[in-house]
Amino acid sequence: MIRVENLVKHYGEVKALRGIDFDVKDGEILGCLGANGAGKSTTLKIITGFLSPTSGNVFVDDLNILDDSLEIRKRVGYLPEQNPLYNEMMVYDLLAFVADVRGIQGRAFRSALGRVVDQCGLTGVVHRKIGECSKGYRQRIGLATAMIHDPDILILDEPVTGLDPNQIVEIRELIKGLGEEKTLVISSHILQEIEATVDRIVIIDEGEIVADGTRQELMSGFRGQTRLVLEVKNADPEGIHRLEEHLPDITVSDVQERDGRRSLAIEYPKTVDPREAIFCFARDNGWIILEMSQLRVQLEDVFRNLTVEGGVHA
Amino acid sequence: MHNVRAIYLKELRSYFNSPMAYIFLVLFALLNAYFFTTTFFLMGQSDMRALFGVVPLVYLFFVPAISMSLIAREKSLGTVEIIATLPIEDIELVVGKYLAAVTLIAAGLLFTAVHFFTLVSVGTSIDYGAALLGYFGLLLVGAFYAAIGTFASSVTENQVVSLIVALVFVLAFFLMDKMLIFVPTTLAGILQYLSVDYHLSNISRGVMDSRNLVYFASMIWLFLALTLRVIDIRKWR
Repeated sequence: MIRVENLVKHYGEVKALRGIDFDVKDGEILGCLGANGAGKSTTLKIITGFLSPTSGNVFVDDLNILDDSLEIRKRVGYLPEQNPLYNEMMVYDLLAFVADVRGIQGRAFRSALGRVVDQCGLTGVVHRKIGECSKGYRQRIGLATAMIHDPDILILDEPVTGLDPNQIVEIRELIKGLGEEKTLVISSHILQEIEATVDRIVIIDEGEIVADGTRQELMSGFRGQTRLVLEVKNADPEGIHRLEEHLPDITVSDVQERDGRRSLAIEYPKTVDPREAIFCFARDNGWIILEMSQLRVQLEDVFRNLTVEGGVHA
Repeated sequence: MHNVRAIYLKELRSYFNSPMAYIFLVLFALLNAYFFTTTFFLMGQSDMRALFGVVPLVYLFFVPAISMSLIAREKSLGTVEIIATLPIEDIELVVGKYLAAVTLIAAGLLFTAVHFFTLVSVGTSIDYGAALLGYFGLLLVGAFYAAIGTFASSVTENQVVSLIVALVFVLAFFLMDKMLIFVPTTLAGILQYLSVDYHLSNISRGVMDSRNLVYFASMIWLFLALTLRVIDIRKWR
């Protein structure tokens, strides 16, 4: 289990983290979501022991990063954001080096090598120079490096950045597979990536956690307006005005008329559901409903609401 | 020790997987051969002193050049993030990298052994002890300069800056006993003891004094300790 407690990090005058708290349970996949510069990578770098916190602490099981950095580094596998690699080295040599440092040699290394080569799809490039490998393969090499010691905890910082769609799907499948048996922390600024792979999401904005929960929890707690698109025949402006008077919670906007049909955008608070009343009103007034669809709240709406449109900083 | 070996082997592979080591070894051998053989047959003496005078000069540029990348390159490439998040202690990293640089210097010296065999084949009354001790002295000087280079490489992520910092330090220690006439006599003794040439000349004459060993050992320790002090690869502050 990972527990992050009141983590603060200052780079000179810049306050990168302003007191972050969250935990990750065993076997859970946690996604850290945030805009560029929000503090995601700084958090992960502190968990992996690369950066020191200005204050606060990180606990991994019974160890803490201030006193047991070496032991935590033994237990954690880490893929850094930029995935820096030694271009002049062979893939095999890099994996052998990392395995050696992690105390895996001889038969154990051959077994670990076979495992990560299979998992990461590195067959065919093991004896190639890293500098000659494509971006997709470099990302897999980084993952293999992080996984060579079969750690219980994997920290992946922007694991699919810069990959093409096919490579993204492959890496996503790999991460999902890993998540079945390991504790994973993944950071990304790509919403779809986080949505597709994680169990729980932490949204970080300007060094603070602005939301923490499952995808459903975040969306159900979304405080925005819900939007309904209604397309009707036989509706006139006066009737639309009456609809607004009849249902005071709703706001009708964006009325468009074409070929005797009117399209209405209806907004209302998340706490009410006026669809049935709208249907009855239409029936009573002789409107023919051609379409009535509620736009579902997307994680993107939650993210934008929390990080751009004000959220906690409003 | 296990991680020192892993770092050491990685660093050696890094040298030999790039043109760096080969360029160093070939140029080192050619330059030493040129300066040694131009005077060797003129002097008509069966000793290696000419070589022992030349190698420290060649070292002045070569050792900073091979050590400038040791830590600075890890920082500039970002691979320091890999190293720093592996279960490696700073001292293991520094010693492993340092030993790899010393090994490359030793390999360079090995190439100059051809001159020793030339001496054996054409010379008479050869003082084998002095020749071997001279080589040992050269290795010590190389190891000292490599410690300076390791330190210089740890203070910056720019390899050129690292090279210049190492050159300045190496030159200072090399020139120290040549500046004695310009300093007060009270300082002269200290400067003489601190200079590399003073200790190397003792050893290359075939005189092995514990003071010379203590000098090199303490200087190597000093610069490696300074490296550990400033390295801060984990930005752990």
